[in-house]
Amino acid sequence: MNGIVKQKIFVSRYLFKNVNHFMKRMSSHFTFFPDDHKPIEGDTTKMNMMQAINNAMDITLKTDSSAVLFGEDVAFGGVFRCALGLQEKYGNDRVFNTPLCEQGIAGFGIGLATAGATAIAEIQFADYIFPAFDQLVNEAAKCRYRSGGQFDCGGLTVRAPCGAVGHGGLYHSQSPEAYFSHAPGLKVVVPRGPISAKGLLLACLKERDPCIFLEPKILYRAAAEEVPTDSYEIPLGKAQVLREGDAATLIGWGTQVHVLLEVAQMAQETLGISCEVIDLMSILPWDEETVCNSVKKTGRCLVAHEAPLTSGFGAELAATVQSECFLHLEAPVARVTGWDAPFPHVFEPFYLPDKMRCLGALEKLLNY
Amino acid sequence: MALRSSVSFLRFHALRSSSRLLSTHTRPEVQQNGKKIAEFPGAKAPYVTEMKILNESSYEPIPIYRVLDSNGEVLINTEEPNLDKEVLLNMYRSMVQLNQMDKILYESQRQGRISFYMTNYGEEGMHLGSAAALTPQDLVFAQYREVGVLLYRGMTMTELVNQCYGNHEDPGKGRHMPVHYGSKQLNIVTISSPLATQMPQAVGAAYAFKRTPNNDRCVICYFGEGAASEGDAFAAFNFAATLECPVILFCRNNGYAISTPSSEQYRGDGIAARGPSMGIHTIRVDGTDTLAVYNAVTKAREIALKNKPVLIEAMSYRVGHHSTSDDSTAYRSLEEIQKWTTDENPVQKFRLYLERKGLWNEEAENALVKDSRNFIVRTMQEAEKKKKPHWKEMFEDVYYDKPFQLQKQMQEMEEHLKKYGKHYPLDSFQKE
Repeated sequence: MNGIVKQKIFVSRYLFKNVNHFMKRMSSHFTFFPDDHKPIEGDTTKMNMMQAINNAMDITLKTDSSAVLFGEDVAFGGVFRCALGLQEKYGNDRVFNTPLCEQGIAGFGIGLATAGATAIAEIQFADYIFPAFDQLVNEAAKCRYRSGGQFDCGGLTVRAPCGAVGHGGLYHSQSPEAYFSHAPGLKVVVPRGPISAKGLLLACLKERDPCIFLEPKILYRAAAEEVPTDSYEIPLGKAQVLREGDAATLIGWGTQVHVLLEVAQMAQETLGISCEVIDLMSILPWDEETVCNSVKKTGRCLVAHEAPLTSGFGAELAATVQSECFLHLEAPVARVTGWDAPFPHVFEPFYLPDKMRCLGALEKLLNY
Repeated sequence: MALRSSVSFLRFHALRSSSRLLSTHTRPEVQQNGKKIAEFPGAKAPYVTEMKILNESSYEPIPIYRVLDSNGEVLINTEEPNLDKEVLLNMYRSMVQLNQMDKILYESQRQGRISFYMTNYGEEGMHLGSAAALTPQDLVFAQYREVGVLLYRGMTMTELVNQCYGNHEDPGKGRHMPVHYGSKQLNIVTISSPLATQMPQAVGAAYAFKRTPNNDRCVICYFGEGAASEGDAFAAFNFAATLECPVILFCRNNGYAISTPSSEQYRGDGIAARGPSMGIHTIRVDGTDTLAVYNAVTKAREIALKNKPVLIEAMSYRVGHHSTSDDSTAYRSLEEIQKWTTDENPVQKFRLYLERKGLWNEEAENALVKDSRNFIVRTMQEAEKKKKPHWKEMFEDVYYDKPFQLQKQMQEMEEHLKKYGKHYPLDSFQKE
């Protein structure tokens, strides 16, 4: 008995003493920058991203009687709690578990949407969306086209948690957006926080084309903002300029936006230059106009994403920027991304395109 | 000490039994034939002490339901469905039209007039038997070899031929390969080439129907025994059962998936044996017997509308080649094909049945064959002359609205054609 007490005291003392060490080790690689711009007037509530997503689905289930939410473990609220309380509120025929089978979830969702329903499908981790790749790329994306517009599955939205989380290793960290960016017919969207998550998800759910909504899971709880309680939509296919500047254009999406905002701040403080930061938000189709206008102004462009470099979506941005802004570019487009390796477990701090790697690349870009 | 603990155990036991009595929660039977039932959450089954490993021959094969014999004679009178004369004749006419269309379009592919074709020989009975048992509102998800269903539904041969030519009258706007038909109006979901993908989709559509008030629509999903090996088939069976969907999963087991015989496709008792194992109502029928298929689908529809999925495995033989890109004599004998063309031919069986009932004769047959032939040849000549859709249709319907990138690409093509148009077959495409 005494031994246990002693051990407890020892453990708590150790924890207390090393709290900073633990905080540093377990904390994320970014600082969250809340949105200061509100998309609509009216009441707001403090929500984290998980609550904002829950709120968007709640609004849809309330206003659209055809809407159903399904996936693995959503009935009890989901492993990330995004569906919390929705089954009690809307019944088990509208919010329900499916068997553990991603190709089934996607196919089932396409069928619901073909019959005119609003289908909100959840894939537990974006890493596990690949069994559904055929259904999403060959079926969902091509449904309207191949039928000459007779049939479509626009009512389908597939939600999946994506991105680094500190310790997710190979199969709880991936960012698969580039795979889907090569599939005409799909819309691919990534939010950067609670306000954008609610507005973009509501837009996806109303959208007449099938959408893949990738939720950076590290933001579920880390990020909290004053989110409007009413329904509102943030348009798909549009990027947002979050910070204006003239020295370089920094482009990212999801968690990486916060890394780039910090990099811009550091560049301002240490180098005395102002960078323009763009959140792309929609990967497919993407906002070429906003990006190219910005690069034409700044003459320099840095793209950063967590996914590997080769054939990552940064490649598409870089190619388009060089063909559209060739005469304005003062330096080659820089890409700061995950390495061309599977997403590792213990090496995560060295793998991610964190603020120091972005800052290093920015300095090179400016000195070119 | 021992006494005290046994007394408290008894008390506890009494308390538990009384609370169980008061509880509304029903517990499964704990005894079965005197054997104790295990309480694992994953299965309710008795314990046994004899070790017995099951295999494919542990069960009797699922029998094949039949109404007609090979001579078109009804085997047991009570099983003969009570179908109107007109319905029977419509079914048969569709079969003949289907045969003639297959013959002529197959030949036209051989002559290079269309790019691809797939015939339906040997499977006509499954198409017409099932189509006649459904209502026009029931949604059809097909694989590609179910044209009889489409004809019976009301798709005209003109529409089918237009699709094969991809001319401007094809509702699919010439984007899809031949035989990938679809009609919103007739509740036939456009066919796609990836196998079995339509199966979980059909289940999802059925779930949407189930949620509509006073639902009287079901979904039928056709697939071959080869497609049943795809993961999507397993997903569909399991989702249909656990989510209780009004869907009929209709398997056309014709013995071959291109060159692969069913002995290399599976080792169990066909596809039907998978049904009960997944909690699905199941029946195996003679697919060359139109009336057996009709009866089975009629019953299945009734069960499905109680939100219980049904699996039908219809046994048949793929008499024709897999497609125009295949020569099936490379992997099977002519004698084998011959047997199924003559002895167990579904069209012939159904015709003999109609003749016995005095509804059909040689004269009617010849007239119909001639009419169908002429109609198809004429339709083809017309379809061939019709222009293909404007090339800009290539950029439409990718999305509901055309994104900026796609607008830009269309302009690029337009400028290109202004300069280099003469190198492209623009004359056979519609102009603005």
